[in-house]
Parts: sequence; C-alpha cells; structure tokens
Amino acid sequence: MSEIETREPRLVPELPYREMEESIELSHIAHPESEELLSINFGPHHPATHGVLRLIATLEAEVVRDVRPIIGYLHTGIEKTAEDKAYWKAIPVVERMDYLAYYFNAMAFCGAVETILDLEVPARAQYLRVIHSELNRIMSHLVWLGTTALDLGAISMFWYCFRDREQILDLFEMSSGQRMHTRYFQVGGVFEDIPVGWEQKVRTFTKVMPERVDQFLAILMKNEIVLQRLRDVAPLDAETLLAHGVTGPLLRAAGNPWDLRKAAPYSSYDHFDFKIPVGTVGDNWDRMIVRILEINECCRIIDQALDGLPEGPYITPDRKYALPPRHELATSMEALIHHFKLVTEGFRVPPGEAYYPIESPRGELGCFVRADGSSKPARVHMRDPSFVNLQAFRPMVRDLYIADFIATLGMLDPVLGGVDR
Amino acid sequence: MPDATGLELTAQELRDADAKSVLGTVYFRDQAALLVAPGAVPATLAHLRGKGYGFLASVHGVDYFPEEPRLGVHYELLDMHEVDRISVRTRVPLADPHVPSVTADWPTADHQEREVYDMFGVVFDGHYDLRRILMPEDYEGHPQRRDFPIGGEPVLFTHNESTTPEWWQ
Repeated sequence: MSEIETREPRLVPELPYREMEESIELSHIAHPESEELLSINFGPHHPATHGVLRLIATLEAEVVRDVRPIIGYLHTGIEKTAEDKAYWKAIPVVERMDYLAYYFNAMAFCGAVETILDLEVPARAQYLRVIHSELNRIMSHLVWLGTTALDLGAISMFWYCFRDREQILDLFEMSSGQRMHTRYFQVGGVFEDIPVGWEQKVRTFTKVMPERVDQFLAILMKNEIVLQRLRDVAPLDAETLLAHGVTGPLLRAAGNPWDLRKAAPYSSYDHFDFKIPVGTVGDNWDRMIVRILEINECCRIIDQALDGLPEGPYITPDRKYALPPRHELATSMEALIHHFKLVTEGFRVPPGEAYYPIESPRGELGCFVRADGSSKPARVHMRDPSFVNLQAFRPMVRDLYIADFIATLGMLDPVLGGVDR
Repeated sequence: MPDATGLELTAQELRDADAKSVLGTVYFRDQAALLVAPGAVPATLAHLRGKGYGFLASVHGVDYFPEEPRLGVHYELLDMHEVDRISVRTRVPLADPHVPSVTADWPTADHQEREVYDMFGVVFDGHYDLRRILMPEDYEGHPQRRDFPIGGEPVLFTHNESTTPEWWQ
C-alpha cells in the first residue's frame, strides 16, 4: 500500500496540467536539468483507444512517466434517464451502458429490482439467462481479441474474431429479434422462450468455437512478435490490482481466481461444472491467454445449460410484474387490466435499496437501485468494471515504453460506453 | 452477507470505539448496511477492513430528496475470503455536503468519489484531485440530484446560433 502512495505524483488541484508536471519525481534521472518531460495528448479520437478515451501521457524520451485518463466524452446521462422511466422501460437504456455486455447490464439491473421485489425467477429463465450471458461473454471477448490484435498489427485476427462474433449476433437475432441491445432479460425472467431450432444452432456454435480457440492460440502462442510485445510487459501484482478495485480477467491474470460465478453463484451458476483460467505473473500475455481460455469455459457452461434446460415458465407467473400471455387478453378481463396497468404505468416497487453484483466480461458489474415506492427507480447506479479498472492503467504503464502503452490499453479492455455511461 | 445479528454485533463494536459513529442499521433482503456519521466513515471502513472486508467494490451517491439530510454516499465493501458484503452509508445535508475522503487507504475510491462529487456535489475532504470527471469542467450544477431537470439544454446548430443568446459562454 505504501509503495502505491509514494509513487503517486503530488497533484495540485486548480493548476493547469503542464504545471502539475513539476510534481513528478525526477531524482532518479542522471541529469535532471538537461532532461525534458514531454506531455502528449492521446485521443479522444484515436482508434487504439477503442472508443473516445483521452489520455495525457508525460514522457521522458520514450518512457511513460505518468498518464492521466480524461473521460466523459461518451457520457450520456443514462443513470439520469433511467430515473425518468418505469422499471421495465429502464432496461433498454441501461443495456446501452457497456455496449459489448448488454445482457450483463440488463441482468444486473433486473437482479437488483428482483432483489427489492423479492421476486423469484423460474429455473428455465435462469438457465436461459446463463446461456445468453455466456454467449455475450464470448462475443465480448472476441471483439476484444480482434481489436487488440489489430492494435498489435495482426489484422487477420480481426477478421477471424468478427466472423465468429457474427454467428453469435445471428443467434441473438434469432432468439430476441435484435443483434445488439436485445432487451431480452425482463424483471422476473426473460422476454420470450427460445424459438424452435435455436438450441441446435447454439450447439453447432459451441462445437465449432473451441476449435477456433485452438486456431487463435496456434496463431498467437508461437508468434515471435506477439510474444515479444506481450510477455513480461506491464505486470501488476494482485494486491495492487485489488487496491485499485480491479476485478475480472485482469485480476485472474495476476493469479487471484476471484470470479463471482464461482464465489457467489447467482442465476444457477452453481449447477454447472466449469473452470476459472488463472494466470501467474499478471503481464499482458497472461491477460490475453486468460480471456481466450475463458471462451472455452463459456462453451462448456452453455452446453451444460442446454442439456439441463428445465421445463416450465420462462418468466415469473406473477401477473403484477410480467405481461399476461397474448391469448388471455381476448378472454380474461383480469389479464386485460394487468396488461393495461403494466404497459401504462408499469409495476410499483416497494421502498428499498439493493446492490446486485454479477461477473461481467470485464469484472464485477454491480447495479445499485433505490426504489421509493413509485413505478420509477429513484436511483440507478452501475458500478461498471471498465470505469474502475481504468484507474489501474496508470500503475500499469508507468515506466514502460510508449510502444507498450497501446498494447497495455488494449489488454485492459475498457469499453467507453461503460466508463462514461 | 452478515446476518442481522452479526450486523448488530458489528455496529456495537463500532459504537464501543466511538459512541457517535453508528446512527443505525438496515437489514433488507439479506443485505446488511451500517448508517454512520459522515466523520466516522474512514474509521468505520478501517475497522471493517480489519474484520476482513478488504475490497471496496463501489462508492455511489444517492439523493434522498426531499428528505433531510439529503445526499447519501454508499460504500459497498466485500470480504473476498468469506464472500460477504456489507454496505456503509452516510448522509450529509445539502448545506454542508462534506465527507472525509478515503482515497488514502482505498485508491479505488479516487474516480468514484470524483463521480459522486460531479453528479451530486458531495465534497470529499482530503481527496488529492477532486474535479469533475464525467461532465465538462465548466458545467454548472450537479445533474444527478433529484431536483435537477432532465433535458432543457438547447442543442446548438448553426441555424439557431443567432437565436440562442450568449451561446458562446
């Protein structure tokens, strides 16, 4: 802990950034009078930032001495917007925070609301949530692998990864009608049962995907350039990562097997047999391999969930929270009233506060919801892993070469929609 | 989560150290929360860290408008060995929105306290770089407060420049 503190530059608020540079410790330089620091602006419109992230890097020749992320370029006030929408209408806006993990955002939000309502989710809905979440995790990792390999100069990886991602988006389109931001998870379950033939298509995919992972590893594992760029670059130990609040693949790469799916299973994750890939030293190489191997484990979970998919309702039968089936509207006055109330006002949630954490592709994604008894949430807050993990970027890249800066940012895997919300 | 009894025992330990630190406890849907005085936040977090809650998962702001004290700051702590969570909550009035910063002991609170400051205007005393983080530097107001209106900012195009008074400010 003390080491982290002493390495922080003494920043003075209200000073322009150029003058803050003077706070950086230069005693280790042989000729502090003649050496010069250079601050360069990186982004916000730079393809390697994977979004609109601005970084101000202070360089001493080619070595990064300090870096400060400047965020907010993608801030769209989603948390504020959600406060003006009924609970079920807030799901689509919440999904758009981390735009590569939309099922996870919806899951965290629905989970928090279900906790306040004390609403039980049917087993079939829990399994369907697991299947879609894991497909989403593979999709997110594929986008990450493709774009990060692109940053390293490997353009063919990009095409391979996006080819497989396309298959997942087709599966999402088949089950929910949308490729992205599907609004498939509802409070109390999922929107619809899976269509006929979907299961077979998913099984075909989970059969092919591990072979593709082997191909990715064959391309990357023995590639001299990739090895030289990634191995022993930007290692950070688990203790420092935890102090900065980092979770997910970054923490697992450093040897800490923390995964909420195992540690605090939610949505029936304890029914499945899967492993947690863990790295050793926590360098960029470990970060990459941990994520690639996670894809295989996701496929195993999906297969098991399809094998054991329980029969039964896919959404809670409680008509106070879930829409009645369409055919009942023609015959039942009760159903019509419920439908009308849900569509116009939405359901009311008793006063209470809940924090619901899940394991997203980037770490702990927690949703805090405060209900005040009305049909709109009084506060929705996402603890987005991208936002928190970005704080670890400074200790990661300090004293690295500027060339490794890009590779490390790619391995950090920030999604700016999640950082800025 | 500690059960309701465990929560009361923890609260009593804190009260033994400082009688005015814990204002109350909330046990809702198996989630435990300690309500503490703003000044007692660092000591409470340090005590809980000693009990194993070594990971600060999240810091978030809440606006309890129209109740007073209005602004709330929540700290979600996690014990990774026992897989146990506890929430520490504090409330400050709008007239004096000061909470001691915990960034010295918990570096992860840096961005998150800045976000709470940005969105709610809670001032974290002792934060080394308390500036706006998501909103522009020159933004006025704290948009997540409940009395802050949604929308209302005209979008500036070239055709309405002349009709938007003082748009350059």
